Amino acid sequence: MLEHYLFLSAALFTLGVVGVMIRRNLIVVLMCLEMMLNAVNLSFIAFARQLGSVEGQIIVLFTMVVAACEVAVGLAIAVAVFRTRGTINVNDVNLLKW
Amino acid sequence: MTDLVWLIPLFPLIGFFINGLFGRSFPEKLIGWIGAGAIGASFVVAALIFVELIGLEPGSRSVQKVVYTWMLSGDLNVPIGFLVDPLSMVMLLVVSGVGCIIHIYSIGYMHGELGFRRYFCYLNLFVFAMLILVSANNFLLMFVGWEGVGLCSYLLIGYYYEKKSASDAGKKAFVVNRVGDFGFLLGMFLIFVTFGTLTFTDVFAAAPQKLTQGGELVTLITLLLFVGATGKSAQIPLYTWLPDAMEGPTPVSALIHAATMVTAGVYMVARLSLLFAMAPISMTVVAVIGGATAFYAATIGITQYDIKRVLAYSTISQLGYMFMACGVGAFASGIFHLMTHAFFKALLFMGAGSVMHALSGELDMRRMGGLRKELPRTYWTYLAGTIAIAGIFPFAGFFSKDEILFYAFERHAAFWIIGAVAALMTSFYMFRSVYMTFWGAPRLTPEAAHHLHESPPIMTAPLMVLAVLSLVGGFVGIPIFEGLNKFGDFLAPVFAPAQAILKGGHADAHHSWVPEAILMVTSLAIAIVGLLLARWMYLKKPDVPDRVIDEFKGLHTLVYNKYWIDELYDFLFVNSIVNFSRFLWKRFDELVIDGIVNGVASITLAWGRGLRLVQTGLVKDYALSILFGIVAVIGYLVLR
Repeated sequence: MLEHYLFLSAALFTLGVVGVMIRRNLIVVLMCLEMMLNAVNLSFIAFARQLGSVEGQIIVLFTMVVAACEVAVGLAIAVAVFRTRGTINVNDVNLLKW
Repeated sequence: MTDLVWLIPLFPLIGFFINGLFGRSFPEKLIGWIGAGAIGASFVVAALIFVELIGLEPGSRSVQKVVYTWMLSGDLNVPIGFLVDPLSMVMLLVVSGVGCIIHIYSIGYMHGELGFRRYFCYLNLFVFAMLILVSANNFLLMFVGWEGVGLCSYLLIGYYYEKKSASDAGKKAFVVNRVGDFGFLLGMFLIFVTFGTLTFTDVFAAAPQKLTQGGELVTLITLLLFVGATGKSAQIPLYTWLPDAMEGPTPVSALIHAATMVTAGVYMVARLSLLFAMAPISMTVVAVIGGATAFYAATIGITQYDIKRVLAYSTISQLGYMFMACGVGAFASGIFHLMTHAFFKALLFMGAGSVMHALSGELDMRRMGGLRKELPRTYWTYLAGTIAIAGIFPFAGFFSKDEILFYAFERHAAFWIIGAVAALMTSFYMFRSVYMTFWGAPRLTPEAAHHLHESPPIMTAPLMVLAVLSLVGGFVGIPIFEGLNKFGDFLAPVFAPAQAILKGGHADAHHSWVPEAILMVTSLAIAIVGLLLARWMYLKKPDVPDRVIDEFKGLHTLVYNKYWIDELYDFLFVNSIVNFSRFLWKRFDELVIDGIVNGVASITLAWGRGLRLVQTGLVKDYALSILFGIVAVIGYLVLR
């Protein structure tokens, strides 16, 4: 059973990575990040179930809190970027460079 | 009272701190009197201790007082301790007494100077260091004072630091003294290695066992220490700094470069008389160097026109006398001459300072003349100093110089001849300065003549005190008559061990008074010949000097330019060191050291320039690099 969960988790994670790499919309990038986090959460739960341990579940709760914070900050940045630059295309937000 | 000997150097230190830390808003008078008062207090304590010391038995007049253990490490035990014996007592009295008089004079002389407070701070610090030097009971503490006076000498020579020549002279004095100090240090190390202690009394007590009479070790130690003495006391070959030291204020020349600091070398040789007595070669070296310096410096003194330079060369010459006395074994006579010289040379310098004061800073005797009417007090006191240094009865110099010449004659007639010729020249150039400055027709510049005035009483009163001392100072050491040479008898216990070695165990053969009397009359005649010669050349026939110069043009040029010794030293030592330093600066420092430092910086810069291109500003590039990083780390962990 564990393999199925892990394969699903790996697939979700890879999808998230690819999304972060190739999508330009900041909102979508944030959503892909969330997907990566949840892929990890899924494997934690799977291991917790397999090993009969509660620790995996506790870490997942922590991860969800951190993810909520991250989304709040990320969306706030997205709003701020949109207000100042009129776009949320990450390729256009490239002032901080050499 | 002898327990309070530490108070003597403490007072000047307190004066230094009061003026140095809190003196910013003090009025000039207060600063001056704090400075002079501190030295005066030292003098009072020294005088009280002296009275107590006189009351003791002659054999027990050596008291040590350890105040504090300064260093304690293995064999090395260095206390801050003081040695009170007749020798240090004489030095303490001379330094604090003459120092106090010169401080009072300085209040008048330095009036209105910009660095008045700085001057008095340095002067107090100097007296502190000098008193430490002469009262220390071990080599290291003596060396502290030795270096301290060198530092203050440097600071005070460069007092007018805006003047290039003054700051150069200060540097020269410091560097030349360092050469001598190096010898002193080596000698001190050698003593510590040999004896395992640095305390004078312990060293002297152990000397007969640890050293052999005339051995190589004791000769080496004493010669190294004598190198230190030649630096501090301006003897051949390290004398060149002293004439240049005249760039400092005149009271500084009087105190440091005539009366006290430059005699430190003589004091050191006398303090270590036992070691020197054990090394006959060193004694001969001391006597020969002393005699040569006495003669050599006197020849230069004859030709100079700058009044302070005449006095500077005269000082070198007189210091040579003192060393000659020590070298022939007459340590007490050397110290006697040291004391009388402190009186009359301080007087002469301050008299010259008074003349400068009256003439708005004029130093060239060719632009003086006829001043005795306008500056009567300066004239009479300067004349007293001149008679004293020339060695004319009954002034102080007669007694001390005569004693030295007598002992020189006993050692070897050649020393006496050199000494006598130098005495003739001394008498000549000193009266030459008197006649050129105070007699004849005035040759003043108009500005100087306009401001001509006698110095205020605060300057002339110290001159008079010193003039009286120059007159009566010699009577403490009357020769010939048994028991009247109080000074020599007072010092005798200090030099008794050395004399015992020098006399070779023979009883002190009592010499007949006839040769001594003949020598006395001869030296008096020599002094008067010098006087008359100067009077004839510079008063009666003022054209004679120029004719003589024309006659001996080459010789005069040679002597007038001080035998080109400064230039020779520049050529031999200074230039090579400067060139080597320049090589290190230009080639090593600028190319190698700076090259390494700047190379590191420019490599970092180049890397930064290349690597900053990675910062594209595109989030996906960063995400990609994070991905690569994670893949690399995980790949390493998996494939390991």
